[in-house]
Amino acid sequence: MTNPTRIRAVARDGVTEVRVLMSHVMETGRRKDPVGNLVPAHFITGVAVRHNDRLVLAAEFGPSVSANPYLLFRFNGAEKGERLSVSWVDSRGESRSDEVQIA
Amino acid sequence: MDWQRRDVLKAGGGLGLAGVLVALGVISPEQALAAGNRAIFEAGSLDAVFAALGTGKPPDSADIVISAPDVAENGALVSIGVASRLPATEQIVILVDRNPNVVAASFSVPPGTLPDIQTRVKMAESSPVHALVRADGKFHMARRDVRVTIGGCAG
Repeated sequence: MTNPTRIRAVARDGVTEVRVLMSHVMETGRRKDPVGNLVPAHFITGVAVRHNDRLVLAAEFGPSVSANPYLLFRFNGAEKGERLSVSWVDSRGESRSDEVQIA
Repeated sequence: MDWQRRDVLKAGGGLGLAGVLVALGVISPEQALAAGNRAIFEAGSLDAVFAALGTGKPPDSADIVISAPDVAENGALVSIGVASRLPATEQIVILVDRNPNVVAASFSVPPGTLPDIQTRVKMAESSPVHALVRADGKFHMARRDVRVTIGGCAG
């Protein structure tokens, strides 16, 4: 089961600022649980952010990215009311996509 | 399956990320190849990263600005920003030299997106942080040292 990605996208003067907070444990595979067993690796490996259908950011992550991955970036050419989506896929093949309207 | 997809899926290696993203239609084969294969995430040293990227040691550039705390109180959450003033910046890679997984993230910056990205990374211990930037096909590098008071990889 995956949890929603929080997205805030605000357009001003032709530049849209995007803040993303994904919900994911980002286990490195090196952590031990309280009884001493290694917790298996489980982390987001790829992210794509789209404005309408245009890719505005693609990212590949390793397990060094913090739990609940955070992104802040800006791009041009979008306007209030248009769609912004954030999709991710993880090391187990799970994925999700969330969408907001640009404010 | 055309040769590009097959190459991308093979180049995905490790977890086959590029293949998964291509298969999902999330990125094109070109973007997957441009972003570099998953091998960089297996690299355990800076030299291994350069080799995986197919470059020699990139020259330092004052046009790459790394934002990071001088001292991070919590190694599990270290805010790192990379801003590139290099024209035609295409890719930004964030490395934490002393992490077991040196490459934290690799970003593909399409035209129209500002080459200025912030994220948060885990740092196992005090370490240099390097940013590699590919601009107009060539890699450049910058470094910033970050001290960590409580390491953030082992949980």
